[in-house]
Amino acid sequence: MSESENIVLNVSGVNKTFGGLQALSDINLKIKEGETHAIIGPNGAGKSTMLNVCVGRLVPDSGSVMFGDVPLTGKTPYEINQVGVARVFQTPEIFPELTLLQNVIVPALAKRDGNFKFNAFKPLSAEKELIEEAEHVLEDLGLEDQRHDISASMSRGDKRRLELAMCLIQHPKLLLLDEPTAGMARHDTNRTIEILKRIKSRGMTKVIIEHDMHVVFSLADHISVLAQGAIIADGKPDDVRGNPKVQEAYLGGAHL
Amino acid sequence: MSIQSARKDLILMVVFIAAVLTMPIWLAPVGASYPDLLQKFAIFGIFAIGFNILFGLTGYLSFGHAAFLGVGSYAAVWSFKLLTMNVIPAIIFGTVLAGIFAVLIGFVSLRRSGIYFSILTLAFAQMSYNMAYSVLTPVTNGETGLQLEQSDPRIFDAAATGSGLPSTELFGMKMSGYPGFYFCAVLLILAFFVSLRIFRSPFGMKLAAIKSNQVRMSYTGFNTRPYLLVAFVISGMYAGLAGSLLAATDPLAGAERMQWTASGEVVLMTILGGLGTLIGPLLGAGLIKYFENIFSAYNEQVLHEIFSFLPQFMENFMVFIVNPFVGEGWHLTLGALFMIIVIFLPGGIMEGFAKIAAWFKKRGNKSDDDDAAAPAKAQTSEG
Ligand SMILES: Nc1ncnc2c1ncn2[C@@H]1O[C@H](COP(=O)(O)OP(=O)(O)O)[C@@H](O)[C@H]1O
Ligand SMILES: [Mg+2]
Repeated sequence: MSESENIVLNVSGVNKTFGGLQALSDINLKIKEGETHAIIGPNGAGKSTMLNVCVGRLVPDSGSVMFGDVPLTGKTPYEINQVGVARVFQTPEIFPELTLLQNVIVPALAKRDGNFKFNAFKPLSAEKELIEEAEHVLEDLGLEDQRHDISASMSRGDKRRLELAMCLIQHPKLLLLDEPTAGMARHDTNRTIEILKRIKSRGMTKVIIEHDMHVVFSLADHISVLAQGAIIADGKPDDVRGNPKVQEAYLGGAHL
Repeated sequence: MSIQSARKDLILMVVFIAAVLTMPIWLAPVGASYPDLLQKFAIFGIFAIGFNILFGLTGYLSFGHAAFLGVGSYAAVWSFKLLTMNVIPAIIFGTVLAGIFAVLIGFVSLRRSGIYFSILTLAFAQMSYNMAYSVLTPVTNGETGLQLEQSDPRIFDAAATGSGLPSTELFGMKMSGYPGFYFCAVLLILAFFVSLRIFRSPFGMKLAAIKSNQVRMSYTGFNTRPYLLVAFVISGMYAGLAGSLLAATDPLAGAERMQWTASGEVVLMTILGGLGTLIGPLLGAGLIKYFENIFSAYNEQVLHEIFSFLPQFMENFMVFIVNPFVGEGWHLTLGALFMIIVIFLPGGIMEGFAKIAAWFKKRGNKSDDDDAAAPAKAQTSEG
């Protein structure tokens, strides 16, 4: 079937409970190659849990996650990254003690060296290509002036952008973004949208979790709406916008 | 760890080599230029440099590294007993055997991190220590310690049998006194060079990243466990080398070398000098061994002589105050010194140096600024 060939991520029948709480119930999701797929929904809907299941942080109670022909369920986070899935976390996960440049070089090494390589003989300063590429990615995200600063001292928005740079340098086939603009000022948000639009033209498949409707409607090709662990709507942005169930979930979720 | 230019590292290496080889000269004014102490500087320097590769780079704090020191010593003495008095096989044997032990202990201990890792390494070291006194007596010679004997086979030295116990040698050169120090010094230089390469390599960068954020590391595609194990084994081998050098300069080995206080000492050396810095642990090792040498030599009688210029009651009082801090009580001094450093200079001696350098720089800049500002001020007041 030619239809299934360009499905990059296929989540089928995934359930996850925490104690008595059904965080995910029977989630089915197909992400097509090259598209930007937004997942929206009120707080606590299970969006981050969904991503956690995809990257191997959580094991689903039942169901499976396929990345192309590769099953992701049961794989470790590093194995999942090595097949081409990168993730930006809701709270930035960077290397706070390292400089920005070093932060970006480390994932580049993972891409080049695989999950383990003992390369203690050639100094890093001799890896000209790698350093150039890292500088290039930082430049791309407007972080080049700070590249020798320790990343702990950056603003929250810059940290998110740095984490994005760390993912982009790996050229992942699938990029998962968990609220990449949360807590950012408007102009920072716009800048991030610009960057995400730019990488969209490079054909990378993206799943983006976002609260900001402005961000969602300016980026997404496809939207899935999650509420209380279940997908309640799924379709093109215009279809979802007019869906009464979505409006109820959002208004209900927001005001209760 | 950092991206340094090769040129700077070359200069660092040249200065380091010169400093180590001239230690007998520049340490003479402080009375630390005699071979026994110099050997200790070099040997414990190697121990601390290796420990820093684990603790400094990955942040994993082992409380059991003395076990590898002990294994290295025993292995070296056995090499002297069974094979030859040449120190080369002894240190190879000691280093490799410590490496094998480190693979086993590291494999189990690294299943946990943080305090649990530390406790596991401590438990392993205490187990080794107790076994050396009990079930392993045939190998370790228990409380007496492992020593050379006239009747040892020494299969490669069989032709050269003399009277009395033979001494350790390197192709005919006796490994006591200054030759012993220079042998240790060459190995220290080698050990430092390897450490420098690791710090500057992609591998070292990955270790530093593991220390910084292990979660990010795994979502970045790294299997962190083998990285940690390799770092653990390398540092274990450094400890084994140090242990075998202790035996090479003085061919006996006792279980007390594995005691937890010895494991704690290398932690102190590393933190005192500057955790995660290249030179710091070496300075820490030197400082501790130097002060140990001074303070443990004092006793009540010596103190009375020192304070004899004071009136009798003052003399007695001073001796009463100082006595608990010297001789056997030297660890009290070490403890106090350690507390002062950790509270006021958490980055150790190296942080102290950095602060002094920054202060001089600031002072330099300030006087420059004053010079530059003065004419400008004069102009504005004229205008
Ligand atoms: N590791 C966990 N253990 C227990 N409960 C969790 C865990 N992770 C998430 N939850 C719960 O699951 C629900 C969904 O959380 P989450 O996926 O983070 O929501 P969101 O859509 O806001 O990202 C929440 O009620 C949350 O408290
Ligand atoms: Mg979330």
